[in-house]
Amino acid sequence: MIAPILEMRNITKTFPGVRALSEVSFSVAKGEIHCLVGENGAGKSTLMKVLSGVYPHGDYSGDILLEAQSQKFRNIADSEHAGIGIIYQELALVPDMTVYDNILLGHELKSGLTVNLNETIKQATEMLAKVRLQLNPSTKVRDLGVGKQQLVEIAKALCRDIKILILDEPTAALNEDDCDNLLDILRGLKRDGVTSIMISHKLKEVIHIADTVTVLRDGQTVCTLDASRGEVSEGVLIKHMVGREIDDVFPKRKKKISDEVVMQVRDWTVYSHGLGRTLLSDVNFDVHKGEIVGFAGLMGSGRTELAHSLFGNPDGYRLNGEIKIEGKVSKFTEPRNAIDAGIAYASEDRKKNGLILIQDVKQNVTLANLKALATRGVVDANGEAKVAEEYRTALSIKTPSINQKVLNLSGGNQQKVSIAKWLFVKPKLLILDEPTRGIDVGAKYEIYTLMNKLVDQGMSIIMISSELPEILGMSDRIYIVSSGRITGELPIAEATQEKIMQLATS
Amino acid sequence: MILKDFRAVIRNNIREYGMYIALVVIMGIFTIATDGVFISSRNIANLLNQTGYIAVLAIGMTLVIVIRQIDLSVGFLSGFLGALAAIAMTSWGFPAWAAILAALAMGTLAGLLTGFFVAQVGIPSFVASLAGWLIYRGALLLATLKKGTIIVPDDAFNAIGNGYIPDIFPAETSFLPELHKLTLLLGLLAIVWFIFQSLRDRKNRVAYGFEVLPADMFILKLVFISVILSLITWVVAGYNGMSWTLAIVLVVVLAYHFITTKTVLGRHIYAVGGNPEAAELSGVSVKKITFWVFGSMGMLCGLSGILFTSRLQSATTTAGTLFELDAIAAAYIGGVSAAGGIGKVTGSLMGAIVYMSLTSGMNLLGTDISLQYIIRGAVLVAAVVFDVTTRKAKS
Ligand SMILES: Nc1ncnc2c1ncn2[C@@H]1O[C@H](COP(=O)(O)OP(=O)(O)OP(=O)(O)O)[C@@H](O)[C@H]1O
Ligand SMILES: [Mg+2]
Repeated sequence: MIAPILEMRNITKTFPGVRALSEVSFSVAKGEIHCLVGENGAGKSTLMKVLSGVYPHGDYSGDILLEAQSQKFRNIADSEHAGIGIIYQELALVPDMTVYDNILLGHELKSGLTVNLNETIKQATEMLAKVRLQLNPSTKVRDLGVGKQQLVEIAKALCRDIKILILDEPTAALNEDDCDNLLDILRGLKRDGVTSIMISHKLKEVIHIADTVTVLRDGQTVCTLDASRGEVSEGVLIKHMVGREIDDVFPKRKKKISDEVVMQVRDWTVYSHGLGRTLLSDVNFDVHKGEIVGFAGLMGSGRTELAHSLFGNPDGYRLNGEIKIEGKVSKFTEPRNAIDAGIAYASEDRKKNGLILIQDVKQNVTLANLKALATRGVVDANGEAKVAEEYRTALSIKTPSINQKVLNLSGGNQQKVSIAKWLFVKPKLLILDEPTRGIDVGAKYEIYTLMNKLVDQGMSIIMISSELPEILGMSDRIYIVSSGRITGELPIAEATQEKIMQLATS
Repeated sequence: MILKDFRAVIRNNIREYGMYIALVVIMGIFTIATDGVFISSRNIANLLNQTGYIAVLAIGMTLVIVIRQIDLSVGFLSGFLGALAAIAMTSWGFPAWAAILAALAMGTLAGLLTGFFVAQVGIPSFVASLAGWLIYRGALLLATLKKGTIIVPDDAFNAIGNGYIPDIFPAETSFLPELHKLTLLLGLLAIVWFIFQSLRDRKNRVAYGFEVLPADMFILKLVFISVILSLITWVVAGYNGMSWTLAIVLVVVLAYHFITTKTVLGRHIYAVGGNPEAAELSGVSVKKITFWVFGSMGMLCGLSGILFTSRLQSATTTAGTLFELDAIAAAYIGGVSAAGGIGKVTGSLMGAIVYMSLTSGMNLLGTDISLQYIIRGAVLVAAVVFDVTTRKAKS
């Protein structure tokens, strides 16, 4: 047994109304890759925030030992000083600053009173090389895809001479290639002697990379498993996480697809003035009543832009082509029109486009359909509370009350709130953009079951997803998008991972 | 036990009650320093009338700041609209009511115009309204160019800023001879209504299993607020009763409080302030809300201009100078968040009263104007620091 580099003992952390962690013990050996898994709201992010000083000493009870030294971090700077680097669940880069400025943000290299630009660029370039990212460090972060942004975050952490790197769901927003790349880089860091702690809901990658896995459930440590002794398998992880076994990740459904076409899109072209280029061209597709249509493709292939352009075009693209809803040609000038026509769109970026974080669960759930709760413009507060309670139960949203601010929910539970909002609109066609991003296996199963129930009742669903198993497991038909074009359409019976990947990269 | 409950309640609600406490402290200090002159019915009546034209602006400004915008043009716009009303009555032969409607309508249009530049064209509101500040200042100078000061001879119009609501009972009765009976009656109704509403609200929350104050604390709160309301009523009734200005401000506050807390429009305003992208994608038209909020701001500028002109019984070349900053300060003292999405109109009303109490009290004490500015600045900072730190402590 190698001596632990880090030990957390009996950590307890409470929030008003919630005991997020109770008596959690957690130990990490030097030089290993240690994965932390558990359901949404199990306390993973909270534990890491305790470790990195976001919640200062005194805010929690218990001890942190780093290389056998007791630590009392007062803030993030303290933990950074001690050699702990953390990359949060939400990216924390400044979009309008350059890559090199972001990497050295907070650790600016000075010569005299001014920032030494040349040295900055040199060091940033070195760090980029460590994460095998080839790009001009003067690029603005805004212009990078999520995958590259994630690597910039790691480069930023590496710059600080760290012993332990914490990554909170680093791969949630990445496609498979980017994921593999990131895992490779973690292995490389391991060779350089960096210890990593990674939180993830993607069990396959956990199995792939972990030396040790710790499972949390309801704020308590369930067990710690050693991969080298073959203790880690998907079934075992799920059982420990959820407390029961889930045999079939994708629940079965009797197909009830009718010939009726709910949405028909023809010769759809989207041009962005801001970027000065065509984002999508000649897109044609149909969605039938009672059907789940999958949109597969790589990150950045234009699927989200497509959804936005169909959903009332909030980004102000120049559009060409035709949308027919139930046979009627429709023009939407703002999302409201699309919603009124029976379309709903649950965004992939819940923080930016999905939720009002400073408002409570109740207000977020009802926002898109307040009219249904109002008489002559006055909202029925009691009816609203009832609706919110219903969805809280239906989606098992973990929150002490519907009056809790969404800000205080765990990432996965926020996602559920953002889906609940659209279910309350009772649409004909629901567009789900990466619906299970950051959601645990149990909740995924619940969301899939819910999707099945909805199409069974006659709703249609467009599911945009970068996770191939999910696309293959849930869709009735699949469109593959690549560089702004639909490069293929596959009925589910003919679809395989290989075919999709081939079309997605063509 | 009660004491412990009491402390817990105060601690949990310190943000909400803080301003009331501050107001009581400020009033207490001035009352002592002026040997009671400050709290006299006559001075309070004056204070409330002076607060009127800032309070209505602060209410509108609250919503503007809530949706993450700012409006710097409100001061001179209200000055200009007041002058417009005066000219309409003196030169164009408008009756008072028509002049008032004209000012409100013009104000709404002016607000919508700012809204147009912000929402439709996409100009930052700071710039759009800074241009408005310059333009309306010029317009005001132009309007008052010929006569300098336009005296308004219309008694009905001037009553808005100087008159009091009539009494239903003759003043000579032996029953409470010194007091304004209708004001007392209104105060009483307000207290009854308040208690009734609180009880109903509490019942509803209990029915839903939501958290409520412990019973003893709830009663204490009811008693406390009822006592405060009675005191205010008593003081106001002691000098001619409720002024028209106060009545108008109360109506505006109640209307805006209702809109912001109970209606779909209100919820959409806070959603836009909380996260405009998410609101837009949820089917809330950010444009439409922006138009609404700036339109309402413009209308309130018209109202503020009328209150001010009527109070002075004339329109002057400098009317409205710095009102925008007073209104912004009042809103911030009242707890509006600069990050958007947070702020109550009732808070801003309180903010305006706190702010004007300072001015009024220091005027009574004969404090030098230079020192007045410094103290007002310090209070503004203190209020916002308090707000920010208590907000952090709670989350
Ligand atoms: N600031 C906060 N205020 C109140 N409750 C909080 C706060 N932060 C977290 N919680 C609660 O603590 C619990 C643990 O949250 P945490 O974010 O650690 O979950 P997680 O395991 O990271 O979940 P996910 O996989 O969904 O990200 C949740 O029930 C959450 O609602
Ligand atoms: Mg988390």
